[in-house]
Amino acid sequence: MNTQQPMEDRLWDYIDGFCSPTERSAIETLIAENREWQQKYAELLHTHQLLNNSELEAPSMRFTKNVMEEIARYHVAPATKSYINKNIIRGIGAFFLTMLAGLFVYVLAQFKWSGSSSSTSGPSLRLPSVDNLGLEKINYAKTFNSTWVIAFMLIVVVMGWMLLDMYLQQKKNQSAKQS
Amino acid sequence: MHTELTDTEIIKRILKGDQAIFAILVQRYQQYVFTLVHRFTDNREDAEEISQDIFVKAYRSLADFRGDSKFSTWLYTVVRTSCITFLRKKKLDTTSIDNERTALQLENRESGFKANAIEQKSRHAMVNEAIRLLSPDDSQLITLFYKGEQSLDEIGRIMGLEPNTVKVKLHRARNRLKEKMEKHFSYEIKELHND
Repeated sequence: MNTQQPMEDRLWDYIDGFCSPTERSAIETLIAENREWQQKYAELLHTHQLLNNSELEAPSMRFTKNVMEEIARYHVAPATKSYINKNIIRGIGAFFLTMLAGLFVYVLAQFKWSGSSSSTSGPSLRLPSVDNLGLEKINYAKTFNSTWVIAFMLIVVVMGWMLLDMYLQQKKNQSAKQS
Repeated sequence: MHTELTDTEIIKRILKGDQAIFAILVQRYQQYVFTLVHRFTDNREDAEEISQDIFVKAYRSLADFRGDSKFSTWLYTVVRTSCITFLRKKKLDTTSIDNERTALQLENRESGFKANAIEQKSRHAMVNEAIRLLSPDDSQLITLFYKGEQSLDEIGRIMGLEPNTVKVKLHRARNRLKEKMEKHFSYEIKELHND
């Protein structure tokens, strides 16, 4: 039983039938014995009953006719999954994975690996330190805060989407011609 | 008889090309959809136009209904996205979902209530008016729970929330509704208690 929960929340749960049998009997006892609980319960129950008995609003008499006239101009569109080519999704996924893998390989290639001679228990690998990566030579702030670089990246992305759109449009036209 | 058909059977027939049978779905859900939209938009004409668009949208994307939920749950998702789009277009603040509607709207309503003070408001009208005073999310939550025949899980799916969050929000929404009713309809509530 959650006694920390506010009285109103517990009563709403009781009214809605969301509480456990134990909690239910505990609340029933509280309602029967405690005047404050009794009053609050009566208040909430009244609101609940008003809401339960409230009526739905009706649109104009012509509503169904208007809708039917409107849909007469349309057809049911094919299901989204039927025109989304899974190969394209896979292709986009493969493209990004290749890019990530390429980046990973490139970063690894920048490391200057060296073996450790201090240990006699076998070969060990000293992990590259930040110093020997040459990363300090790159001016990140200048590279990534440059408006030109951001503009260039945006243009590349937009062009990529345009190309993809053109390709899909071409495919669509071809299939329309065939059918 | 057409009216005996389940939603799934109707959808199957529509997908086979029987467009006219969509009218049954419209008749079956128009009040639910209209009520939800009207509580979102505040304006009857807008609500009717949006509701119409919702049914057209639902018809066009019917092939996307996979049947893993009730049709009504799927339809209410379309209602929600359409209403949010409408509110965005109207440049209303939809990000802060618990925000109350503008003071101006409230004032207009209050003056409307005062004008009709002599006329005894019906119980239903009072509840509907009070619900419309809530934030769009609160009113939608209450409508879906009480009138939309949706469980906490289904409401969660429609609103993109966890069922537990839905429960907590529902508690709060009802408490706010109670406050609104006490503030704006104290006379009517007193009368109801006396009945």
